[in-house]
Amino acid sequence: MGRRTSLVRRPSGRSRFEAAIKAILFGAAVVSILTTLAIVFSLLKETIAFFGDVPVGDYLFGTKWTPQFQGDQQSFGVLPLVWGTLYLTGIGLLVAIPIGILSGMYLAEFAPTRVRKIIKPVLELLAGVPTIVFGYFALTFFTPEVLRNALGLGVNQFNALSAGIILGVLVVPTIATLVEDAMAAVPQSLREGSAGLGANRVQTAIRVVFPAALSGIVAALVLGTSRAIGETVIILIAGGQTANLSLNPTESYQSMAAFIAATARGDIPTGSIEYETIFVVGMTLFVFTLVLNMISIRMVRRYRQVYE
Amino acid sequence: MRKNLLMTLAVSSALAFGVVACGDDDETPSGGGEEQAASNGGGDLSGKIAIDGSSTVAPFAEAAAELFQEENSGVQITVGTSGTGGGFEKFCAGETDISDASRPIDEEEEVPICEEGAVEYTEVQVANDGIAIATNKELAVDCLTTKQLKQIWNKGSKVKSLADVDPSLPDTELSLYGPGTDSGTFDFFTDEINGEEGVSREDYEASEDDNQLVTGVSGDEGGFGYFGFSYYESAADGLNLVGVDSGDGCIKPSAETIQDGSYTPLARPLFMYPSAKAMQRPEVKAFMEFVVAQARAIAEAAKIVPLTDEQTQTAKDELAQAEAGA
Repeated sequence: MGRRTSLVRRPSGRSRFEAAIKAILFGAAVVSILTTLAIVFSLLKETIAFFGDVPVGDYLFGTKWTPQFQGDQQSFGVLPLVWGTLYLTGIGLLVAIPIGILSGMYLAEFAPTRVRKIIKPVLELLAGVPTIVFGYFALTFFTPEVLRNALGLGVNQFNALSAGIILGVLVVPTIATLVEDAMAAVPQSLREGSAGLGANRVQTAIRVVFPAALSGIVAALVLGTSRAIGETVIILIAGGQTANLSLNPTESYQSMAAFIAATARGDIPTGSIEYETIFVVGMTLFVFTLVLNMISIRMVRRYRQVYE
Repeated sequence: MRKNLLMTLAVSSALAFGVVACGDDDETPSGGGEEQAASNGGGDLSGKIAIDGSSTVAPFAEAAAELFQEENSGVQITVGTSGTGGGFEKFCAGETDISDASRPIDEEEEVPICEEGAVEYTEVQVANDGIAIATNKELAVDCLTTKQLKQIWNKGSKVKSLADVDPSLPDTELSLYGPGTDSGTFDFFTDEINGEEGVSREDYEASEDDNQLVTGVSGDEGGFGYFGFSYYESAADGLNLVGVDSGDGCIKPSAETIQDGSYTPLARPLFMYPSAKAMQRPEVKAFMEFVVAQARAIAEAAKIVPLTDEQTQTAKDELAQAEAGA
């Protein structure tokens, strides 16, 4: 009797153990889903309250962003903030994409092991530098010493150029590492086949390995873009706080994330309309990143079908 | 550094409590005993103190609360920033114990409300406030009139360089810096210069952080901005201080001209109004005594212009009178 139960129990003990493991894993997944839902909910609440006072059209298409003023000086056009975000991200990507892809390609295809052993940790170190350090580096060194003194540019103390370039530097390790991984994952047989047809290493890297790794490279670029769009501190410190709708990179700009940080830091009364703007802009940023991620998933799928 | 500050505070507060205690021995002998306990650093006091009012006074009140709580951890102090007017509204309704104000209580509008709510109070000046107008070192300008300042900063202003307000001044393109609209400095400046609180041109670089304004003005060739006077003092090397002429000649801000009020219109006294009812509670009484005794050190910690010796004496007298009344 006792023997039989022990025989029956053994698998049941194991399956209970397995069930527990499953529950823990499920719980871990649920935590992130619940967090996302809670964030959306908290944003939605204030967003709805905000649009009770301000027409959606005025918000989405207005060109003047002065929520902190009173009376007829107050205006809730979010375009300058959206533009500031895209403009700074654009400058950052102009720096980060070429440097990131080229250094990733170099690491995967050309770098001798000894050089790799030095460059990789340095790149990882760069990725580990807190963004506030990058921010002050841009503000107190890059703007005055490099842009003004070395290059002789007449930039403002707070300007898009400096913040954008340093933002790009911040994103380089992200892109470089992912590009390297993507290219290293391309089967060796493709390279050998290419060499067998008489192609040299540069031709092989650019025309065979690069296209084969394209899905991973696109994913790297999208991830880098998301990183740049959401980056707050560098822009807050070095990019200025002027909601600006111009094209001049020497001027001061404000991004959505930097606006949220700057406004939440000031002493605005809870429940006021300025308070609600924090959440509305947060919602806008959230939607932005969501759309970007959806595009990236589609692109990655599409390219994968072609090359695998 | 911090330790030194605390040492100084401990020593001087012991002295100050001694003085005040002498003053009220005649009236309320029991009160003296409580103060002794407080000055010994014993955390005997407990309770909550609700402070609200001017956002300009708030940094001072917060610094005072923090330093006070280091010795009296049992006392909880909240500092709100509803603005001077909003603060008095709550104060006169009996919701707060102390009201921060960047102007005296309004005789016509606010005093009657307080009377209606049967809230009695004492006015105690705790510090001085002054706004410095500064430009970049390269932008040489010695003095501007209040009218010229209004031309530059008023709503809808298109002034691009100082030459637009006075052809003899440099035509360097200005890059303007000023405090965010939630700041008391912004309210004060716009009220005095532009004639209406909250009205200003919008296309300037606004920051809640005065240090960032200083960085901007000292970094840009055409940097021009206004911020609390203490922030000028701590970064004077990189800045050019501009005097203000309100009709009686040019006056530059300094601790003296701000304290004596001759730097008009950008200097003003800052007040705390404890209610008579709250002053009967030992923790509020101890806090106000601490504030007045330590006004100078607190003002320095909060980066505003401290009281003169004479003003400190007046504040002490006012407080002593309030205690006698209570």
